[in-house]
Amino acid sequence: MLKGILIALSLVLGTTSSAPAQTDSFIVVQSTTSTQNSGLFEYMLPKFTDQTGIEVRVVAVGTGQAIKNAMNGDGDVLFVHAKPAEKKFVAEGYGVARFDVMYNDFVIVGPPSDPAGIKGMTDATDALRKIAEARAPFASRGDDSGTNKAEMRLWKDAGIDPTTFSGEWYRETGSGMGATLNTGTAMGAYIMTDRATWIAFNNKGDYEIMVEGDPQLFNQYGVILVNPERFANVNAKAGQTFIDWLLGEEGQEIIASYKLDGQQLFFPNAK
Amino acid sequence: MQDFASSLDRSIGLIISGDAELWAIVLLSLRVSLSAVVIAAVIGMPLGAALAVARFPGRQVLIVLLNALMGLPPVVVGLLLYLMLSNAGPLGMLQLLYTPTAMILAQVVLVMPIIAALSRQVVETLDREYSEQLRSFGLSRLGSVPTLLWDGRFSLLTAFLAGFGRAIAEVGAVMIVGGNINHVTRVMTTTIALETSKGNLALALALGTILIVLAIAVNAATSLMGGTARRLAHA
Repeated sequence: MLKGILIALSLVLGTTSSAPAQTDSFIVVQSTTSTQNSGLFEYMLPKFTDQTGIEVRVVAVGTGQAIKNAMNGDGDVLFVHAKPAEKKFVAEGYGVARFDVMYNDFVIVGPPSDPAGIKGMTDATDALRKIAEARAPFASRGDDSGTNKAEMRLWKDAGIDPTTFSGEWYRETGSGMGATLNTGTAMGAYIMTDRATWIAFNNKGDYEIMVEGDPQLFNQYGVILVNPERFANVNAKAGQTFIDWLLGEEGQEIIASYKLDGQQLFFPNAK
Repeated sequence: MQDFASSLDRSIGLIISGDAELWAIVLLSLRVSLSAVVIAAVIGMPLGAALAVARFPGRQVLIVLLNALMGLPPVVVGLLLYLMLSNAGPLGMLQLLYTPTAMILAQVVLVMPIIAALSRQVVETLDREYSEQLRSFGLSRLGSVPTLLWDGRFSLLTAFLAGFGRAIAEVGAVMIVGGNINHVTRVMTTTIALETSKGNLALALALGTILIVLAIAVNAATSLMGGTARRLAHA
């Protein structure tokens, strides 16, 4: 066994010393599950790396967690979708400046049986009211993500506090968008999701889009450089290069050109 | 339930195709977990053995604690380590967050109590049997630790494998401190979690099958090594 341990040790020591970095320059981007699960990053980032030699390491978590991680200085760039929280992040000095990058929209999906009778509605708050009246199951992210924040704003507009029904018809999964879609579709619940994740999701079953087209369902993504004056470890130069590229003609065109099943997932709108 | 059938097809297909991306993930999984288990064994085995033979007040409390630590929740370990390694944390200057090294550290913390507790058990049994003999050779209690560990080496293999099983199957800790970054810190378990969240259930299950095959391979290799060593020892 000693020999085995020695072999294992040499294997360990031999490989751990070779660091994972393929390039000298890399940035950590704190981002959301929707940008990763939709496949946008996989499509877009290699093109950026080819041009600049900067490797982009994406940590994809909910917007709430991404912002908290960035507030700890654990990342160079924040790329999320919760405008009020992003503005607060910059105002409190954690970020340099916030820029619009792209948008898409949220939709409410549900089972074809449609127990609350909301199919075809274009007013999201009315639809939520009908779900609450019917006490039809609704699966919420419940994780303070961008989607969750947007959902909570809609409930507020509808004048309903769904959390008082938590565990009854209102079910908070506390998970990412994909996990919530898996759980929600399995229990026949309505789910609010961003359109990109929905299109890319491969376990839809017989679920359909019930509500779409409400301006309130607009979903804006923003990008922020983490403040290097606050965190000395921030790779400001490479981070800024990435942001400039995203907001520039090339990045914007690439975002627009990303399609799944013939559908465009994100619409660039940098100014 | 077509997912079951198609996932088996896919796992076989994935293994045969020798997909480079998949192999990189498999190798990183092995690298992280084997490193963690080896480090945990180097610390945990002597520690467990010392606890088995030493006599001091509070020893029983320590044993209970060590046994309880075998059930450390990975997510909690991940979170604690994140807070330590974060740039806002006390060890931020080491810049270890979102690296394989951070993942190894997390798994060492998870695995060490398991190896130490099981080693304590093995060595205590041996010590009961041989302590008089060892004393007669003039070895002190702590001085007999190397001899006892060497004597129990075949039983200790199980402790090693239990630790490896915990490490390779764990997802909560490596997800937090590794960040599941593509090509950098993405391992088998975090890939499975990601593919599940994309709704790619068949692919996720296929990766799970590969992970199990991997675990069987490591266990078989270790048992083979142990068997050969045992034969040589008794030859």
